[in-house]
Amino acid sequence: MADKATVHITVNGQPHTSEVEPRLLLVHYLREHLGLTGTHVGCDTSQCGACTVHLDGQAVKSCTVFAVQADGSSVTTIEGIGAMGHLHPVQEGFWEMHGLQCGFCTPGMIMAAADLLNHNPNPSEEEIRHGLEGNYCRCTGYHNIVRAVQYAADKMSGKKSVGAAADD
Amino acid sequence: MAEKLMGKAMKRVEDPRFITGTGNYTDDMQVPGMVHAAMVRSPYAHAKIKSINAEAAKALPGVLAVITGQEMLDAGVKGIPTGWLHPGIKLPPHYAITPDKARHVGDIVAAVIAETRQTAEDAAALVEVDYEPLPAVSLGSKALEPGAPEVHAEAPGNLCFEWSIGDKEGTDALFERAYKTVKLNLRNNRLIPNAMEPRASLAQYAKASDEFTLWTTSQNPHIHRLLIAAFILGIPENKLRVIAPDVGGGFGSKIYQYPEEVIVLYAARKLGRPVKWTARRSESFVTDSHGRDHETVAEMAVDEHHKITAVRVHTVANMGAYLTTFAPAVPTYLYGCLLAGTYKTQKIFCQVRAPFTNTVPVDAYRGAGRPEATYLLERLVDVMAHELGEDPLEFRRKNFIQPEEFPYQTPVALVYDSGNYEVAMNKAMELVGYQELRRQQEELRKQGRYLGIGAITFLEACGLAPSALVGSLGAQAGQWESALVRVHPTGTVEVFTGSHSHGQGHETAFAQVVADELQIPVENVTLVHGDTGRMPYGWGSYGSRSAPVGLSAIVMASRKIVDKSKRIAAHLLEAAPEDIVHEDGKYMVKGVPEKAKTFFEIALQAHLAHNYPTDLEPGLEATHFYDPKNFVYPFGTHIAVVEVDPDTGRVKLLRYLSVDDCGPIVNPLIADGQIHGGVAQGLGQALLENAVYDDEGQLLSGNFLEYSIPRADDLVQIEHDHTVTPSPHNPLGIKGIGEAGTIASTAAVANAVLDALRPFGIVHLDMPYTAEKVWRAIQGAQKLPQAAD
Repeated sequence: MADKATVHITVNGQPHTSEVEPRLLLVHYLREHLGLTGTHVGCDTSQCGACTVHLDGQAVKSCTVFAVQADGSSVTTIEGIGAMGHLHPVQEGFWEMHGLQCGFCTPGMIMAAADLLNHNPNPSEEEIRHGLEGNYCRCTGYHNIVRAVQYAADKMSGKKSVGAAADD
Repeated sequence: MAEKLMGKAMKRVEDPRFITGTGNYTDDMQVPGMVHAAMVRSPYAHAKIKSINAEAAKALPGVLAVITGQEMLDAGVKGIPTGWLHPGIKLPPHYAITPDKARHVGDIVAAVIAETRQTAEDAAALVEVDYEPLPAVSLGSKALEPGAPEVHAEAPGNLCFEWSIGDKEGTDALFERAYKTVKLNLRNNRLIPNAMEPRASLAQYAKASDEFTLWTTSQNPHIHRLLIAAFILGIPENKLRVIAPDVGGGFGSKIYQYPEEVIVLYAARKLGRPVKWTARRSESFVTDSHGRDHETVAEMAVDEHHKITAVRVHTVANMGAYLTTFAPAVPTYLYGCLLAGTYKTQKIFCQVRAPFTNTVPVDAYRGAGRPEATYLLERLVDVMAHELGEDPLEFRRKNFIQPEEFPYQTPVALVYDSGNYEVAMNKAMELVGYQELRRQQEELRKQGRYLGIGAITFLEACGLAPSALVGSLGAQAGQWESALVRVHPTGTVEVFTGSHSHGQGHETAFAQVVADELQIPVENVTLVHGDTGRMPYGWGSYGSRSAPVGLSAIVMASRKIVDKSKRIAAHLLEAAPEDIVHEDGKYMVKGVPEKAKTFFEIALQAHLAHNYPTDLEPGLEATHFYDPKNFVYPFGTHIAVVEVDPDTGRVKLLRYLSVDDCGPIVNPLIADGQIHGGVAQGLGQALLENAVYDDEGQLLSGNFLEYSIPRADDLVQIEHDHTVTPSPHNPLGIKGIGEAGTIASTAAVANAVLDALRPFGIVHLDMPYTAEKVWRAIQGAQKLPQAAD
C-alpha cells in the first residue's frame, strides 16, 4: 500500500485531520472515516449523483474526488445542510411534494438541487430537468422532484409561506 | 367525528430520516469486528474452472480467507432452490460459488474475506483462476438450436421448461376462418432493474447461541430466511434472523435469494467475525436478476364485425444461466394468462419455451410478465386497428369486456373481479383532447413533422391468490399475508406487517388506515416491517400485493382489536357487547354517549386486567393471516404523445396522460408517485434501456455509461387521473398500483413512436427506440411520407 497522507478537511463546519490512503475517494472518507452515511454510493462510473456533496460551496460527485484533493477544503453533506426543525428549503420541498420514495438518491438529489438554486434561484421546469440530469432517480419519474425544487425556489424567493404545500 | 385519513394526501412519516441523511441502509451499518467480502467473478460467459491458486491473495496482509465453491460443497452448503415449479422443469444446481464451471459473466468462482473492503478487492484481483473458455450462447432462440453450447448437463438442449395455456385447436380454427389476421415478430428487450441502492449483505454469527443475523437488501426477508435456513445452510429457521432495513428500491430485483447472502453467512460462521459485502454498480449489472428478454411471434384474428376472435402467441423466454426464486412464474402464469387484456377474445393459445443461456438469470422486474403481455397485445391491437382502418381506441371500445360481465372468465384461466374499461378510456380521451390531437397530427404531417399518439388500455393481475390456487400452479410459497396489531398499555399501537416497503410508503399509508380503523391519532401508530425477529411470517412485497393483501391483513387484525375493545368496554360500562358502538374514537353505549370509554382506558384495563371480563384473555393484540379469494385486477388507459425528428431519429416525449383504476386510494400522494415512477421505468424500456449481449455472452451494456436509464430531462410532468372501481373481495376494495405505470407505459410509448412512423410505412420496430434505430428505419423506409398521405 502507498504511504498514507495527512488531510485537513472541514466537514459540516467541523475540522478533521485524518490519515488516508491516497486512493481513498472523498465519498468513502465521509462514509467510512467520519460515519456520515447520508452520502450514498449508487454507481462506480460517476453517473448517478447519489454521492453529491458541496465542496467549497460547489456541488461535486464525491466519488470523483480523492480525499487528498479535498485537503484544506470545506465540505457540506446532507447531514450539514439542514436538520429536522430547521430544514433547508430543498429538504422541505422534497418532503412536502413527495419528491422521494426509497430515499437512496435523495441526499445527492437535494445537494444537487440546492446547488442548482444557488446558481439559478428561479429556474424553469426545463432548467430544473437539465440541472438534475446528472442525478438518477429510479422511483419518482422525477415528477415530484421537479415540484420539490419549484417549491424550494418559491420558498427561497419569498413567494411561499412556511409550510404551505402547493396543490398538484 | 375525526377526519378520515383514507384518501388523504398525508406527507410521509418515513421522509424525515431520508431527507436528513439518517436513513439506515445495509451498507451504512458498522458492527464491531466487521470484515469485508469481495467476489472473484468470471470474466467468461462459459468456462470450465481448471484450478484456483489463491496463494498470492492469501499472502496479502489483512486477508482472512479465500473461499471456493468446493470448500462450501464440502461443508455441506446446498444450492439455491427455485420457488416455482412446472411439470418437467429442469432444475440444475445453482451454487453460491460455482465449483466446476462459470455459466455467465459475473458468476462467482471464489470469495475473499479481508479486514478492509480495499484489501478484499485487492486480494480478489490476485486470485488466479485457470479457466478453459467454452463456447457460449446468449440468445434464447439460439440456445434451443441443435448443437448449441450446453449450459447445464442436467438440461439437454438447454430447455428448462415448456409451458402452454389455452385451447390450441380452437384458436387455430378461429385463425382459419378469420376475416383478417395480423402477425408480429417481437423482441421484448432485456432490462437491468438498477434500483439505486446496490445490493448489500451483512452477516453476523453468535457462537454461544449458534445464531445468525443477516441484514440484507430484501423485499421479503422471510423468504430469504426460509430458503437459506431450510434449503441451503441446513440450519433451523429459529437460528437465523433476517433483517431488511431501509432498502433503496427493489422493482423485483431484491426478491431473490442471492449467492452473496449465502457466502457472507458461511464466512461469518467460519471466521467468527461479522462479514459485509456491498455490490459495486458494475457488479449489479452482472449479478442482479435481469428482466424481460422474450422473442415472440404474436398473432391476432378478427371477424367481419371487427371483433377480436383469437390471439396466438409463441414465445422463447430466456431464463439466463440459472433459475432464480420466481423466474419460472414470470413468462408463464404472469404472462400467458394476461393475454386477454381488457378484450373479449374468444380463444387464446400461448406456448412458451424457456431455455438456459450464458447470461445473468432473468426473473421478475416491475410488472413481471404483465408488461410483456400488454406490450404484445397492445401492439397487435394497434396494428390490427390500422389494418381495419379503424381508430385504435374505437377498435378497443368495440372489443371491451362490459361492466355487467364481471366476474369475467377469460379463456386463459383468470377470472377478473371487476372493471369498467370504457369509463377510464373516455376520461383519458377527454382529458388528453384526443380528437384535437389527431387533428393536430394531420396538420403537422403536412409540415413534415411527425407526431405520434400511443393510446393503450391495459389490465393487470396483482396480489396473487388464493394460496391454494397459486400452489396448484407450481408456487412453492403461500401468497397470504400476515399482520400483527399490538396495542400498548397507553393506547399507542405497533403494527407488524409481512409486507415490506422499499420506497412504497407503507409506514404512512398503512398507519392512515389503522388510525381510521381504531379511530386513534395517526401519530400513535407505528408500522414495523422487514425483520423476521419481530413479526409473524410474511411473504413480502412484489406483484403489487402490499395494499390488496398486506393491508387487508392489517385491516382484519385491526377489526379484531375493535371487537375485543367492545367487549372490554361493555364490561367496564356494564352493558352488553352488542350495545357498544365505536364512534368518535370512543366506545360508548348506543344512544347513551355519556357512557363511554376511551381507547386509552380500554388498553390500560386490557393490560391491568383488574376490572375485566372473566371469560376474556388479558392483553390487546391481534394477528390475522389474510388469504385473498382472488387476484385483483387494476386497469386503465394511458396515452403517450411523442414527436419524432425525421432528420435525427430522436424521439421526444411531449405528453403523457394516465387514467388508472386501482380501486379506492389510501394516499393519493403515494399512489400517484407509484404511477410516475412506473411510467418512467416503462418509458425507459421503450426509449432507452437495453441489455445487450454479444455472441460470446459478454454484456456490452454493463454500466451506466452504456445502459441508459431515464434522466430528469427524458420525462415530462405526467398528467393523471383515476376512476374508482372497487374490488368486490377485499375489505377496502383496494387493487394495487405499484406496477400499473410500467405495465402500461412501455406499450403506450411504443405505440406512439410507431404511430409517428406510420407515414413512412413502418409497421413495427423493436424497442428501444433510440435515435439511431429510428433514423436507420426512416432511411430504410420503403415509403416516402408524402406517399402516405
